[in-house]
Amino acid sequence: MLLPASLMAAALALAVAADAAAADAAHGQELYESRCGGCHSLDANRVGPAHRGVYGRKAGSAPNFNYSPAVKNSTVVWEERTLNAWLTNPQALIPGQRMNFRVATAEDRADIIAYLRQQSGR
Amino acid sequence: MTQSIDLRRRGLLRASGVSVLSASTVALLAGSEKMAVAQPSNTANDVGILNTALALENEAISAYQLGATSGLLQKPVLEVAVMFQTHHKEHRDALIATIRKLGGTPVVAKSDAQVAQALNASALKSQTDVLRLAQRLERGAANAYIGVIPSFGDRALAQVSARLAADEAMHWTVLTQVLKDPLPAKALSFGA
Repeated sequence: MLLPASLMAAALALAVAADAAAADAAHGQELYESRCGGCHSLDANRVGPAHRGVYGRKAGSAPNFNYSPAVKNSTVVWEERTLNAWLTNPQALIPGQRMNFRVATAEDRADIIAYLRQQSGR
Repeated sequence: MTQSIDLRRRGLLRASGVSVLSASTVALLAGSEKMAVAQPSNTANDVGILNTALALENEAISAYQLGATSGLLQKPVLEVAVMFQTHHKEHRDALIATIRKLGGTPVVAKSDAQVAQALNASALKSQTDVLRLAQRLERGAANAYIGVIPSFGDRALAQVSARLAADEAMHWTVLTQVLKDPLPAKALSFGA
């Protein structure tokens, strides 16, 4: 049976919310350090922008980081749904971005997001 | 003369019967830069990935430079660090050549001082501190190269990313042995 788009979107949002509720920020820290740490730090702009405070922040707004025009001009705000989409396939969320790094597993994405949220005081 | 990464794989790709090369890669392998840049949709994104990789390699080169000139590394660890830095310089040169062949502009490296500040190098007080930083960066680099593999439009470049990841994983393994850390108890520890 085909579901209306609005119902599918609601179901997807519920699934993301369920993942967020079960997420493990401590495991997210391990994943962040091993997978994101090649390019990112919490408090310094490196290959990628600093991440402390990223949760709830508009894309492309970390101070003094040289973003791609695509990210700089994006209206995306980083929260559960957008971060999940970003880590699933950055190019699909913001075409023209420069990250391109993907986290294949939904549980891992949820844990990383939980850690970023925790480090953002949200 | 610097060669692009793909050119060095030409013989093996043929021998292994790889049949998934995109039109742009075939053109690049044949040395036709005009054809190589005629596939704009995937190529622009691939150039973006390669430039991010270049920024990562530039940071690694600076990090090893900071370690090598810190006075904290003793022989033979210093010699190994310099060798690893040479590997990263070779990665950098190959990435720059490939980016240019694809019609892109390589990103400019940050200064060693900028990298030192970003990596909080002033906190490094011992050889172990330097090795821990290098170990962390190498693991991150290996995982970064693995994590971008699905995003390449050109499957030959995805293979290159896997080769770069293998170099970084080799560096991580040596550093882990020098630090006398335990090796991963389980398989598939990278990219996870």
